[in-house]
Amino acid sequence: MRPFTFERAKTPADAAAAASRNPGSRFVAGGTNLLDLMKLEIETPTHLIDVNGLGLDKIEPTEDGGVRIGALVRNTDLSADERIRRDYGVLARALVAGATGQLRNMATTAGNLLQRTRCPYFYDTNQPCNKRTPGSGCGAIGGYSRQHAVVGVSDACIATHPSDMAVALRVLDATVETIRPDGATRKIAIAEFHRLPGDKPQIDTVLMSGELITAVTLPKPIGGAQIYRKVRDRASYAFALISVAAIVQRDGTGRVALGGVAHKPWRVEAAEAEMPRGAKAVTARLLADAKPTAENAFKLKLVERALASVLAEAKGAQP
Amino acid sequence: MKFDMPATTNPIDQLKVIGKATERIDGPLKTTGTAPYAYERHDVAVNQAYGYIVGAAVAKGRIESMDLTAAKAAPGVIAIVTAENAGQLDKGNLNTAKLLGGPAVDHYHQAIALVVAETFEQARSAAHLIHVDYERAKGAFDLAIAKNSSTPPKPGFGGPPDSAVGDFVGAFESAPFQFDATYTTPDQSHAMMEPHASIAAWNGDKLTVWTSNQMIAWSVGDMAKTLGIPKENVRLISPYVGGGFGGKLFLRADALLAALGARAANRPVKVALQRALMMNNTTHRPATIQRLRLGATKEGKLTAIAHESWSGDLPGGSPETAVSQTRLLYAGANRMTAMRLAVLDLPEGNAMRAPGEAPGMMALEIAMDEMAEKLGLDPIEFRILNDTQVAPDNPAKPPSSDPQSKAPEEKHYPHPPFSQRRLTECFRTGAERFGWNKRNPVPGKSREGHWLMGIGVAAAFRNNLVMKSAARVRLDNKGVVTVETDMTDIGTGSYTIIAQTAAEMMGVALHQVVVRLGDSDFPVSCGSGGQWGGNSSTSGVYAACMKLREAVAQKLGFDSTKAVFADGQVRDGGRSTPLAQAAGESGLVMEDAMEYGDLDKKYQQSTFGAHFVEVAVHASTGETRVRRMLAVCAAGRILNPKSARSQVIGAMTMGMGAALMEELTVDKRHGFFVNHDLAGYEVPVHADVPHQEVIFLDETDPISSPMKAKGVGELGICGVAAAIANAIYNATGVRVRDYPITLDKLIDRLPEVA
Repeated sequence: MRPFTFERAKTPADAAAAASRNPGSRFVAGGTNLLDLMKLEIETPTHLIDVNGLGLDKIEPTEDGGVRIGALVRNTDLSADERIRRDYGVLARALVAGATGQLRNMATTAGNLLQRTRCPYFYDTNQPCNKRTPGSGCGAIGGYSRQHAVVGVSDACIATHPSDMAVALRVLDATVETIRPDGATRKIAIAEFHRLPGDKPQIDTVLMSGELITAVTLPKPIGGAQIYRKVRDRASYAFALISVAAIVQRDGTGRVALGGVAHKPWRVEAAEAEMPRGAKAVTARLLADAKPTAENAFKLKLVERALASVLAEAKGAQP
Repeated sequence: MKFDMPATTNPIDQLKVIGKATERIDGPLKTTGTAPYAYERHDVAVNQAYGYIVGAAVAKGRIESMDLTAAKAAPGVIAIVTAENAGQLDKGNLNTAKLLGGPAVDHYHQAIALVVAETFEQARSAAHLIHVDYERAKGAFDLAIAKNSSTPPKPGFGGPPDSAVGDFVGAFESAPFQFDATYTTPDQSHAMMEPHASIAAWNGDKLTVWTSNQMIAWSVGDMAKTLGIPKENVRLISPYVGGGFGGKLFLRADALLAALGARAANRPVKVALQRALMMNNTTHRPATIQRLRLGATKEGKLTAIAHESWSGDLPGGSPETAVSQTRLLYAGANRMTAMRLAVLDLPEGNAMRAPGEAPGMMALEIAMDEMAEKLGLDPIEFRILNDTQVAPDNPAKPPSSDPQSKAPEEKHYPHPPFSQRRLTECFRTGAERFGWNKRNPVPGKSREGHWLMGIGVAAAFRNNLVMKSAARVRLDNKGVVTVETDMTDIGTGSYTIIAQTAAEMMGVALHQVVVRLGDSDFPVSCGSGGQWGGNSSTSGVYAACMKLREAVAQKLGFDSTKAVFADGQVRDGGRSTPLAQAAGESGLVMEDAMEYGDLDKKYQQSTFGAHFVEVAVHASTGETRVRRMLAVCAAGRILNPKSARSQVIGAMTMGMGAALMEELTVDKRHGFFVNHDLAGYEVPVHADVPHQEVIFLDETDPISSPMKAKGVGELGICGVAAAIANAIYNATGVRVRDYPITLDKLIDRLPEVA
């Protein structure tokens, strides 16, 4: 870990301004990912801005009937919130499928969105990784790639985004609210928030330098059977091989997003038109441009079968 | 004391303390955080500095240059140890690769430097400033390829590399039922909770190391050899070990580098191996490729058995002895086994819980399930049909190749009887308890909602080894008995069974016994490994206590053959004298060791069991979740049913890991284990572990030792993975021969879902 300076920001605007004053700074909230990466010198911030005191820890109704989730709401609190459990079940289920109780107690809503990939080549500083050291190459391509992405990949990177929560936010059409160092705020649709790796896999999101997430908003509840199905090698505390977030209405229409298959939560709205025709048809569209490796090609079939299971469960769950 | 005749009745048979389910005497220390583990010994030496290990970034090659300038100038840095400045270093007898590499690099994450600084953070930070240029060399990293140039290894713990009885080829060719399949098991990591950790301090030319180690005497010897100093100048202290599983049998880099760091810094230095280095820096269980061929009559009698195993290791290393159990487990007149060792430039392979048998049983016991199905026999009945009371294949050790060897020629017994073998009873007992008769023998037919249900079985088998072990016992004038031995407690319960033994022998209550372990100043024990620790270490305590009883009787004027030691008294012929009275003011101290004759040659000593498992496999995703597990064990006298059960359920859990998830993934281009942390190397978590039941058959084995006990800590892992594999087959109809059985190996062959 490199030496760094530290400050506690008092307001979101202060925090963003502080980030702009200190190139090479990072915001820190729960620290469940950032501190590990700093110990390994994968992240080497020279300045940390503690955003825990910004008061962004509330879950409030919005004017249009949705909810605004403060950036600092802990994953545990969010998953236990009555409104979330009642109206956005897929989100509550995705949250409790992630990490462990201890980590969820610390991890925040914004931090969860901003966590970095768990690719083992990213974590091993002896190995090439374009995400960690741009231009050094990708260790996973041609190496160990069983956990890696099958769609939206590039020649530079096949890493996945590890979040469960983000997959549920994607299927719920969430919006990320931010503030920039100049005080301007903006709203970013979750679909646009995470990037595909392309030739710049070092950049995970569309956030600009110093831009701070203040909240995530969810639109008015849309009902339906809300299911989050995470498939993994052990029963708990493992990243998804694949995951399926689905909202299925009584008439068989609905939405589907996938985790563990891409550099971002993966949703293809056009594929959802196929939902009444079943999992095979949906998966064919969802993963139409898949470029799996020999080690992770099983994910294509796994998605189809897991989705079939989810759709059957949704049918059974309809009142 | 020498044990060369079967045990007769002795004070242990009173079973007042031995054999009773007893809570760990060190439990309160552990649950209150007051049992001091190596890295926490802040009190033992003042002014401790922190060391941080730098691991090699390449698998094979040479360090061309190492620039220490920036690291030396970093805040708090006291010293940096490298091969260049560490002075002349030898290699431990039990180490395959050097613990401090450079300029040659033998494997990935081999230690190449230690940075010593005032704080841990400073040491870690400075370590990142060391710039190393390597010249990479080509290495062999793929067992499937290296296997083709493998050779017979030197005979070792697993016996000679080859064995043959009768005419396997002829019998196999003429067998009406034949089976031939190849299985693979992956590299596995011990992944114990406590990383390797040591604090080293020099006092003149004397070195003391507080460490976490299973085998004190081995590691004292290798520390002395590596440093080129007399053994007498090395003291190792390892009273508490947070898991070892074979990963701490040897001197490792933490201990050596702490010693070198302390010498360079001229003050005590502590070193913990960082988690990310554990998988590649230390030893691991090597991967195997195993071919099984079985030939049988139509009635199901095995007539031909062949088991061949290939594994790899660094030059000078040893094989995974995966064929050991096949020489002993099932009858069959014609048989052969062979082990071949390939050179691989991966990290050093070595023992992990039940070396040989654990991966060997993973293959053999699937093969038995497959053959039973081929024969149309129940898998339990097929095994019972081929049970045997004599060792079917006990190859002679080849004569020593060392002409200077003074070892006497050992008499060879080609088919010794088993001292105890109740395999059939294990199966019968387990079948009834588990509800084996409810299993549908036709695979893929049982369903519970979305889950395909299956039941599987496998034999458990692990040899029983006996090792010389010494102890010192002291009686004081309050009647307290103190036992000192360099035996270790690696979470197994050694403290407790040793206390039970001394209490039983001396006729005192358990709380009147003090046990002190893991210090090289104490008499040399068998140490913890190969499931020999429980039986052998308590036998050493038995020997010392027999001597103390003799001395007490003499002092108090009793006939030692008649005196009864009970309730803190010594009694005979109506006379009763307090035991404490024999101690006098200065106490009474006796030391002895238990040594063994050739009973383990005349008799085959092994432990047996049967594993029963029920699994649920998700019909859509292929995820396997274990629903319930039962192990029935026949392993001699169970000294402490409570800690023995803990050993077995822990082993069953580890076997579940082997079946379903544990695999060190090899990057075959760059020659290293990619998933080198506990997020990437998955072991079972609590949510994976179902109801586990253990039954110990009531058994004593007077051939093994005066304790009449054997080992259980490794028996519990042997066969579990195969039982799970067989249950998965029963659930799905999909046979997977490559461990671990992850869903990607099932999903293409599962039935279609709507």
